Amino acid sequence: MSRHEQLTNGLKKGAVVAISSAPFGILFGAIAVDNGFSIAEAALMSGLVYGGASQLVGIELFGHHVAAWIIVLSILAVNFRHVLYSAALAGVIGRFPHAERWLSFFLLVDPQFAETVKREETGKPVTFRWYFAMGAVVWVSWVMTTMIGAYFGRMIGDPKAYGIDVLMPVYFLGLTMGFRSRHNFFPVMLAGGVSSVIAFHFIGSPWHISVGAVLGILVAVILPPPKAHVEPEVSEMEKEAM
Amino acid sequence: MENQVTAFSIDPNTALLILIAGIATYFTRIGGYVLMSSMKRIPPRLESALNAVPAAVLTTLVAQPFVYGGWDIKIAMAVALVVGLRFPGLTLLAVGWAAVMAARYGLGFGV
Repeated sequence: MSRHEQLTNGLKKGAVVAISSAPFGILFGAIAVDNGFSIAEAALMSGLVYGGASQLVGIELFGHHVAAWIIVLSILAVNFRHVLYSAALAGVIGRFPHAERWLSFFLLVDPQFAETVKREETGKPVTFRWYFAMGAVVWVSWVMTTMIGAYFGRMIGDPKAYGIDVLMPVYFLGLTMGFRSRHNFFPVMLAGGVSSVIAFHFIGSPWHISVGAVLGILVAVILPPPKAHVEPEVSEMEKEAM
Repeated sequence: MENQVTAFSIDPNTALLILIAGIATYFTRIGGYVLMSSMKRIPPRLESALNAVPAAVLTTLVAQPFVYGGWDIKIAMAVALVVGLRFPGLTLLAVGWAAVMAARYGLGFGV
């Protein structure tokens, strides 16, 4: 795979995420200003925390004047799944040189994780060039759309009226389906889905994410591992990319 | 509601809160890697667990809006599921959006 492919493919993947997450960036910006943030503070949060769901939770609590440590703890709880992402990608991002590696982990949001795993699985090289091209597009778009939302504030009406509230769930649905040929996909998905729905009812958000994730993973641990460990041609592709 | 904040002012306390939240989030994004790299070899069970991460975590982000969303969301996601068997990315987004608009304004669900 050429360096050109890595760049253009990364930019392309980033653009799709930028489009699907734009309504939420705008939404976050509008809500942030509504809860007492300035445009600059909203942009700062999008740039530094860089995690949509956790930011919405954080700003909601901020608006209710909840103690700072509870806000931080809640953001931590919503983002806890990223521990699993960085563990799962240890072998991929761990290949990058030091500075690139620590920057890459900063950009590790849900779609970045899913696209990286998918690319690694199809045998195309996950290089820093590809990873950063995608991540930079998503990050810049996230900060920009936050500022747009913050600037226009309450001029933006109900997101439901424009049908934009469905984009993120549909996008995550597509990502999830991309893994359907994986070993144990269906039992893991079923365990994670059912338990998260039950947990949402009894414990509430954001804990349902962690509960579902843990139970889904537990099913994968209990079920027998794949018979033969087939090593795909990834290693050769990698050599080609070096 | 505090509307008197100027557009580009940054309150030091708010900035500190954002910074700490950012650092906490960054710890979650390196945490798994730091744990993994302290291990000499990865046991097969742990490998199975890590391979299950995408299906397990992403499903929780899909199941909740589907189950607790209105019929408009359910219809749109069901349509997207079928279309998603063949088409990825932007096509799926467009279909999901069209389906939710049709369910809302055509069928009158969740308006």
